[in-house]
Amino acid sequence: MTAPHPPRSAEPPEFDVDALLDDPETRTVVCCGSGGVGKTTSAAALGLRAAERGREVVVITVDPARRLAQSMGLHTLDNTPRPVDLPQAGGGTGRSPGALYAMMLDMKRTFDEIVEAHADPERARQILANPFYQSLSSSFSGTQEYMAMEKLGQLRQSGDWDLIIVDTPPSRSALDFLDAPKRLGRFLDGRLLKVLSAPAKTGAFRLIGAGVGVVTNLISKIVGAQLLTEVRTFVTAFDAVFGDFQERAERTYRLLQAPDTAFIVVAAPDPDALREAAFFIERLGTDHMPLAGVVVNRTHRTATWDLSTEQSLAAANAVEESGDHPLAAAALRLHAERARVQAREIRLRERLTAAHPAVPIVEVPARAEDVNNLEGLREIGEALGNGGSRWRGGDSDVSG
Amino acid sequence: MRGIERGHDCDSRLRGVSARESEGDGAGVRLHVVTGKGGTGKTTVAASLALALASGGGRVLLVEVEGRQGFAQLFGCPPLPYEERKVADAPGGGEVLALAVDAEAALMEYLELFYGMRRAGTILSRFGAVDFATTIAPGLRDVLVTGKATEAVRRRAGADRRRGTREAARAPFVYDAVVMDAPPTGRIAQFLNVNSEVAGLARVGPIRNHADKVMETIRSPETAVHCVSLLEEMPAQESLDGIAELTEIGLNVGSLVVNMVREPLFDARTLEAAAAGELDTEVLTRGLKAAMLDQPEERSRQLATEIVEHARRVQAETKIRRWLSAVEHPMRELPLTSDGITVESLYELAGRLREQGMA
Repeated sequence: MTAPHPPRSAEPPEFDVDALLDDPETRTVVCCGSGGVGKTTSAAALGLRAAERGREVVVITVDPARRLAQSMGLHTLDNTPRPVDLPQAGGGTGRSPGALYAMMLDMKRTFDEIVEAHADPERARQILANPFYQSLSSSFSGTQEYMAMEKLGQLRQSGDWDLIIVDTPPSRSALDFLDAPKRLGRFLDGRLLKVLSAPAKTGAFRLIGAGVGVVTNLISKIVGAQLLTEVRTFVTAFDAVFGDFQERAERTYRLLQAPDTAFIVVAAPDPDALREAAFFIERLGTDHMPLAGVVVNRTHRTATWDLSTEQSLAAANAVEESGDHPLAAAALRLHAERARVQAREIRLRERLTAAHPAVPIVEVPARAEDVNNLEGLREIGEALGNGGSRWRGGDSDVSG
Repeated sequence: MRGIERGHDCDSRLRGVSARESEGDGAGVRLHVVTGKGGTGKTTVAASLALALASGGGRVLLVEVEGRQGFAQLFGCPPLPYEERKVADAPGGGEVLALAVDAEAALMEYLELFYGMRRAGTILSRFGAVDFATTIAPGLRDVLVTGKATEAVRRRAGADRRRGTREAARAPFVYDAVVMDAPPTGRIAQFLNVNSEVAGLARVGPIRNHADKVMETIRSPETAVHCVSLLEEMPAQESLDGIAELTEIGLNVGSLVVNMVREPLFDARTLEAAAAGELDTEVLTRGLKAAMLDQPEERSRQLATEIVEHARRVQAETKIRRWLSAVEHPMRELPLTSDGITVESLYELAGRLREQGMA
């Protein structure tokens, strides 16, 4: 059916996902957005789509959901990229398929590996055994985000893949992915650790001046003196190995500003997720990070767009009075409901477009069931790839 | 509640809560922690629950811990400061207040309260220690925010004047209940298990003692953790995993709230036929003709597509509902609001929660 599309006031540019994935200059795609919007599934679907269109892809996920691994035919995911078994012939794209690998970030393992790679065995052993390090590598906030960036750097350096797709950690705010690593770097190189680890009555004390004694006393009073000892041993060993940690964090951060990186902001059609998406878009602009477009996931579109909520309800009431056509009455009520949801979602999307008119958007229709196999991921990939024409045509993308 | 039980009839009569508060299966619970997968509507459920608990004259505090200003958005008021502000009247004379907990402000307050050291805060801040405690250190931020919520739970009227006296211990509680919009299910067990969280950093000392005290309230029967789910596979799986985790660390799980439930529109036989692709479109066409719609055949075909999709979805939802109802905790359902959440709809949802005995 080629119905004319429903009237819209603010049309965003179409997000051509296929063009982005097909472009050999695209080397890294970062999927970000608030929790529960379908980031991980989108990342996996993008990976599959790109692989079936000929790219050599690795997807780094941080979501421990077993089902995602299973949907890719993998038993579990771990810190090493594992090959995903792709069917032949590129899923009907007519192109020769590339390859798809998937891994799940293990932040502690990744941190340990960095330590092992940089320190001599004795010092590495010292660091790994330090309780403060163990806390830092397994539960400090920011470590996961930082390690995701480190992993990205490692995979890029390996040169084994020509496209890396990163799914970002589920943090309080989508911005955490950008902020947390720097915060951690600042802390590791910062004044606090220097003060805490400085042996008493040395030059460092005089340099920093008054207040140091107060700080160490306070902290040891609040958290206990033992921690200070641990911090001291940790900093001594760590500094000898890494020197300027903050610079390392910034180097990794700059990777995200490279022109071959593309950010995709994933959102759901609800006010919170779209507000978060808007914050993120603004931030990417401030930090000169390349935004490719926005994916609005799980939208509801009706094929019968020219039958409004009001018309549909009026018709439902009319037949209901006659009492003869319960099926038609229910069908009209169902449609009224869908038309209402659709109108609301379009309103929300228009609000985003009004604030960011140049940002390309693609919508992925909601599915009746969750994704649990490659076929499901492929369908989402198709919706992403053919997105623009699909919802503009307003034909078969009904759901919900 | 405890204050009321111990004979503060006067105060409770004034607020008219005593008769109602002893009803329902949440009796005795004063800290309600609301969690759920992102996107399930935790904030909406927390706000509705607060209204439900306050109705009939209660005084309830909503606590937000992730800096989203979700309550300000919901109630249509300016961003909340670190201060308890009234956001809504409950039906029957009650009131709901809201607080956006800010970890840094909570830390300063803590330092002043326990050490009498406001100046210390400034020094710590200069050395990056405050930034560390509130954004980097594992668990410290959580202890600070849960500490603030549990303090509100324990706070009694006039506590400042009468601290430590026997009179103070009998004074009525300032809040009948505190409702917390907590982090998502994936992080909830870790978030609430504060003393094990700070254990790596503080094995002894005042922070550890503070964590232990917070934990005492969280572990007590006065606290219940409610999980919000949808009739979708991933949120349902997360809820079940979350409930298992919470139970394992010995926390009291309250209700499983299934949010955004659609009202049934079709009878079971129609749905079954539609899902099997055997919907009678001629019957539908005749009905649309009777409704005087133009192009009835074309519309019938289009609407049939919608019904089939709907039927497949209802089938999936039925499976998930059955799966969720195997949980031994009470299950509540809240309807989908297709126009989005408004303040009016919060009152409506609060009514539904009361009908189902959650408040």
